[in-house]
Amino acid sequence: MSAPKPTGTTPKLEWKGVRKAFDSKKVLQGLDLSVAPGKSLVIIGGSGQGKSVAIKIAAGLMPADSGQMLVDGRDLAGLPPKERSRALSGMGMLFQGGALFDSLTVWENVAFRLINADKVPRKEAKKRAVEALARVRLGPQVGDLYPSELSGGMQKRVGLARAVAANPEVIFFDEPTTGLDPITSRAINALITEQVKGLGCTAVTITHDLESARTVGDEIAMLNDGVIVWRGPAADIDRSGNPYVDQFVHGRAEGPIKPAI
Amino acid sequence: MASSQSPAVPIVLQPVRSVGRSVIDMLRTAGRVALFGVRGAACALTPPWFGGQLARQLMSVGYFSLPVVGLTAVFTGAALAPNIYTGGGRFNAEQIMPQIVALGITRELGPVLAALMLAGRVSAAMAAEIGAMRATEQIDALKTLSTDPFRYLIAPRLLATVIVLPLLVIVADIIGIAGGWVVATKTLDFNGAVYVKNTWDFLQDWDVESGLIKAAVFGFIVALMGCYHGYNSSGGARGVGRATTHAVVSAAILIFAADYLLTAVFTHK
Repeated sequence: MSAPKPTGTTPKLEWKGVRKAFDSKKVLQGLDLSVAPGKSLVIIGGSGQGKSVAIKIAAGLMPADSGQMLVDGRDLAGLPPKERSRALSGMGMLFQGGALFDSLTVWENVAFRLINADKVPRKEAKKRAVEALARVRLGPQVGDLYPSELSGGMQKRVGLARAVAANPEVIFFDEPTTGLDPITSRAINALITEQVKGLGCTAVTITHDLESARTVGDEIAMLNDGVIVWRGPAADIDRSGNPYVDQFVHGRAEGPIKPAI
Repeated sequence: MASSQSPAVPIVLQPVRSVGRSVIDMLRTAGRVALFGVRGAACALTPPWFGGQLARQLMSVGYFSLPVVGLTAVFTGAALAPNIYTGGGRFNAEQIMPQIVALGITRELGPVLAALMLAGRVSAAMAAEIGAMRATEQIDALKTLSTDPFRYLIAPRLLATVIVLPLLVIVADIIGIAGGWVVATKTLDFNGAVYVKNTWDFLQDWDVESGLIKAAVFGFIVALMGCYHGYNSSGGARGVGRATTHAVVSAAILIFAADYLLTAVFTHK
């Protein structure tokens, strides 16, 4: 079923037997997965299979019911609060809907962490925010706009700029191309790849978009019914020989994956 | 995880089970609210503080509530005066009207009505804003940006409302008494200067202070209900609407309950 874990080094992130349920719905049923430092892993799978829950647990946004979430080999749940905060502070996230703060301007969104957590003076933070915006091909004039004045693609770019502004060690991408046209999606994929390679950080992306998965991932893992059913190099996705992956890649209604409706 | 299957219960005991479940749910909610309030208060009282957020809330809760609180107070004072004049007349004690208006406004109506206005204006706005942030993952985004949502969102709102409501009540006291003065001097033939003197001579410090203590407690309730229901909302736009309704209704009920308890404590002082 799943491919062997990366060897030779402690994984940057590792889900070990992670289980999570919401009332009677079991979402993750013993998730075992790891990502090596500096690698980009894409998690694919149908709707409601637990992809978002998996990255939210890794980002410290929700606790697992059981199992361990290891960051640099250390269980997040077992860390003292300060150490846990330190471990999580090295992470950034691009949310599906952008999750930009609508009461703040674009540059204030991008510089949010610098101003509020790192206590960087506003003038310096604005300079760094403008630099981060330039890295996602947005001009300084965009910085003074509010998120509601931007298109969906521009909001994703701003979200990406915000995620990379503090040079994180790990970035999570939650459905980065959902709701975007193919051209904008391709541009976002290219920016994600560029930023991840540029920063040398570890990336975990969840997506339904196979083109996105092929472009941004070194490896792809498929999640179904709360467990990993296949994992392999991104280049192997079209010849995995795995019935789950084949059904997903070809978008067939018949197969081991039950439609979410 | 607990099983969702419930053991079979004889039909005659179903109402008992239903009541029991409601009581347990209520206690659980009360516990959650209490923990939320304690955590919020702890964040409000200890650094780091977000000064910009506090300033914005002071402006939003305080300055922008002035018109609604002022108008409520002036009409309340104006309506109170003829009622007390009529009641006092039944004991040939019409002249005591200024003192009773002042007492009623400072001890009771000023803080309660200002708090109710803020429950409608501020609690609802807080629940809607924080609920929308929850629905659009902005609260999760705060966490990924190394910012504690309790310190950034909850603490400034609690602190601002606790600070501002007593100040609004001082304004409401003055405007409410002025409303009574206008009616008394224009329609009930009271002498304006005598009205003011009687009011000033009669009022004791504690009459005003007790109202301000009530206002601070009510302010905490107003912000707590708005923040709690918004922060714990779920279910998208419908959930935000539900959170807003719950925030206003629960704040109003708790204001009346706290008013009774505080009045009971103060009158045994």
